[in-house]
Amino acid sequence: MHDFIQIVGLSISVSLAATTAATAISLPIGTALAVFAFRGRRLIVVLINAFFGLPPVVVGLVLYLALSRSGPLGFLALLFTPAAMVIAQTILAIPIITALVHRASERAWARYGDELITDGATRLQAVPQILMIIRADLVTAVLAGFGRTVSEVGAVILVGGNIRGLTRTMTTTIALQTSQGDLSLALALGAVLVGISISISATVFALAGRARTAGSDEV
Amino acid sequence: MMKVRSILLLVATLASIGASSAAEQSIILASTTSVEGSGLLANILPQFTAKTGITVNVVAQGTGKALDTARRGDADVVLVHDPDAEREFVDEGYSSTLRQIAWNDFIIVGPSSDPAHILGGKDSVTALKAIALARAPFVSRGDRSGTNAAELRLWRAAGRTSEALNPEKWYRDIGGGMGQALNAASAMNAYTLTDRGTWLSFKNKGSLVIIIEGDPRLINRYDVIELNPRKHGAARLDAAKIFADWLVSPEGQQAIGAHQVDGQKLFNPSAGSPR
Repeated sequence: MHDFIQIVGLSISVSLAATTAATAISLPIGTALAVFAFRGRRLIVVLINAFFGLPPVVVGLVLYLALSRSGPLGFLALLFTPAAMVIAQTILAIPIITALVHRASERAWARYGDELITDGATRLQAVPQILMIIRADLVTAVLAGFGRTVSEVGAVILVGGNIRGLTRTMTTTIALQTSQGDLSLALALGAVLVGISISISATVFALAGRARTAGSDEV
Repeated sequence: MMKVRSILLLVATLASIGASSAAEQSIILASTTSVEGSGLLANILPQFTAKTGITVNVVAQGTGKALDTARRGDADVVLVHDPDAEREFVDEGYSSTLRQIAWNDFIIVGPSSDPAHILGGKDSVTALKAIALARAPFVSRGDRSGTNAAELRLWRAAGRTSEALNPEKWYRDIGGGMGQALNAASAMNAYTLTDRGTWLSFKNKGSLVIIIEGDPRLINRYDVIELNPRKHGAARLDAAKIFADWLVSPEGQQAIGAHQVDGQKLFNPSAGSPR
């Protein structure tokens, strides 16, 4: 039972940390890509959307080789630690959150962009305003990112190593229990994983819904 | 703002988890799915940690991958079971010391319907020949693990190379761990070679039963391998040595011998008299 709580806690904290880091990176980039016009923007947008389907196991492998003690980032001694899992999940979540933020920002910019600029705002000043306008869409984007991270197994098992008491998450435990033929325990854990991810998503969505209704007067 | 602060706190906590795991008093043991799957390490490691304060973090892979992990410098000590691959590792200069800690045995398991009619035999090579003749489904790990290497050695003794086996439809290379191979064998009513420890701990046997056991060729030796400090500057080799010494010490040997699943002893300690 202690093991179980520890595993669930690690899964959630790693995924939350990764989602937070990815959000911090993705929000400004996603909106900036809609607000600023520059050469190569189209290409970046296409790439980010293409990375939506980035295979976790490939991300895991590349990161594994980078973090390996014989790799370029080996001096950080991060391989087989929760920090490595956070990095892997952050990389996986960034394209998803960025692409969704960009899509919403593009719509908002088309609609309110001229207005914001004629009001005297620079494009840089318009970025936070656009983020404010699309805040309801941000919830969806962040939840999509969280969903990706909490349910992922291919990358975290490679860079985390599925070490008992240190880097064992819900998904890697399910993989392990399945491999030990304990299918009923694996299934039970699967149910918990589904339950937890659904309730977190539902809670955030409901809170965001309330915030949206409350904030609707000011817009 | 509260949210931002709590998030920052969380990130800081995570970073400290990462940092503490890199501290002097924890080592990474690259080991095999059979050692972890049998519950041996979960049983004996707490005793070692209680005595020495050194935490042993286990990354369970097949023997081939575990040795590769050590070659890259990502493990501090290795516990595996493939004599040929280990000799290669030592010859390449990666290891200073290799010591046997225990042995148990491999067994051939298969469906109780026994399509190759080999149930109860003692000769593993004759049994494989009969399986090939009957074209009965056989699951291979196919993952360069110690068990996979042992299986291929037996097939060679039966006159079949892996090149000859791979095109055969009845020979199913699943590229997975021991448990996955047993799951596959159970689902496909196939034969497979397994270590006894994983078999006894495995919970999804279906119609699988032990078909062949007791062949001297089926002995399965586990060695603890310390790494060469000249090749592994970053590894925490002092703590790793304390661990390796403990495994072969009377206390460690006693702990290994005391590990049981369903009243059965899984590993025979053999540091004093290697088999």
